[in-house]
Amino acid sequence: MQQQNKLATFEEAVIPHLDAAYNLARWLTRNDTDAEDVVQEAFLRAFKFFGGFRGEDGRSWLLAIVRNTSYTWMRNNRTPELSTSLDDDLHEIESKDLNPEALLVQCADTLLVRQALEELPIEFREVLVLRELEEMSYRDIASITDLPLGTVMSRLARGRKRLQLALTKQMHAEV
Amino acid sequence: MSCQKAEDWIHGYLDGELDLARSLEVEQHMRECEICARSYRSQVTLRSSLKGESLYYGAPEKLKKRIQSSLRKEAKSEMFPRAFGWRWLTVGASLAFMLLIGVVVWRIVPRSVGPSGDELLAQEIVSDHVRSLQMPGHLTDVLSSDQHTVKPWFDGKVDFAPPVKDFASQDFRLYGGRLEYLNNRTVATLIYQRRLHYINLYIWPAEQAGVTGEITTQRQGYNLAHWTSSGMNYWAISDLNRVELQEFARLVQQSQ
Repeated sequence: MQQQNKLATFEEAVIPHLDAAYNLARWLTRNDTDAEDVVQEAFLRAFKFFGGFRGEDGRSWLLAIVRNTSYTWMRNNRTPELSTSLDDDLHEIESKDLNPEALLVQCADTLLVRQALEELPIEFREVLVLRELEEMSYRDIASITDLPLGTVMSRLARGRKRLQLALTKQMHAEV
Repeated sequence: MSCQKAEDWIHGYLDGELDLARSLEVEQHMRECEICARSYRSQVTLRSSLKGESLYYGAPEKLKKRIQSSLRKEAKSEMFPRAFGWRWLTVGASLAFMLLIGVVVWRIVPRSVGPSGDELLAQEIVSDHVRSLQMPGHLTDVLSSDQHTVKPWFDGKVDFAPPVKDFASQDFRLYGGRLEYLNNRTVATLIYQRRLHYINLYIWPAEQAGVTGEITTQRQGYNLAHWTSSGMNYWAISDLNRVELQEFARLVQQSQ
């Protein structure tokens, strides 16, 4: 009886965020099948921990679990990318490389944008997905990714710069 | 504001996350610096290309069905626990036995008798302790026997600084830390190990100043000790025997 109630409450509070869960898992794992497995696993975990959920923001709560599950999944199933160094070489980018007109053209091409975002290192990809696709606040992103607020902002800054660079670079490659 | 600083703040500005004073500073800087202003405009362009449905991966319909059916299965197996025990091998089969007894007691003891605040809390702590051992990887968020790693880990995660000490020389080894939600707030949890037994030590600021001596109780086969000192509430729980848990409680109190 109790379990039936728990299931009903859980479904009501958490199932509506299935799309958000899948979107995040898909962007992190970059693969349909993996994302489905991760999301299923995350929902089971969420169900087990549902006793600890006090009706705050269900989406953030679920996404934090999805993120953890994705990382565990990737650690267990390959993905050397988790060891990517965060020391980037962005200071070498000159502002002349970041041509706004070229950017405008590139941005119109969804496929290119998708590809560029997909190729970003995971640390930048995840904050961008949470910010731009889920439209979450820095505070929520910080709690999901377990990062300080300031780091969320600087990762977004670096991630967007990298994205911009990748898009304008593609432009030069095509010409 | 320097360009270097503006580089990051521009993004906070773009996301509407800055307070008024900072926003004004950023605007002022962009009026003065064409490079940063241009970079801001590029970011506006870039952001608009990320908006909309085009990049969003919606969940496939079959996934929803799959999840619902696996949840139903899980709910059933929680109702009729069959596979109890196997996860516990590492922790000790005795724990599994105690849990079963605990579940039985839990179900049988009438809840209508209004329990006191401490009793409710004790129940919450027992459940949390059991849960922390049940799920692999759930026991710790930060796994370290080094108090200088564990203590700073809580920085910014809780609004107080829990005292963290290792008592390895007294055979209570610091095992790690994690966050828990108890008593309607986030509490710091330290995990200690003695032989095969784990101790969860929950710490959060006390509402009233003063010192309360240690009170020990037993619930569902677990020993619990709680006390208040130096403005903090402490609850320790373990399947250790009472004498050893008291020894542990005293060590923590003396270290403050």
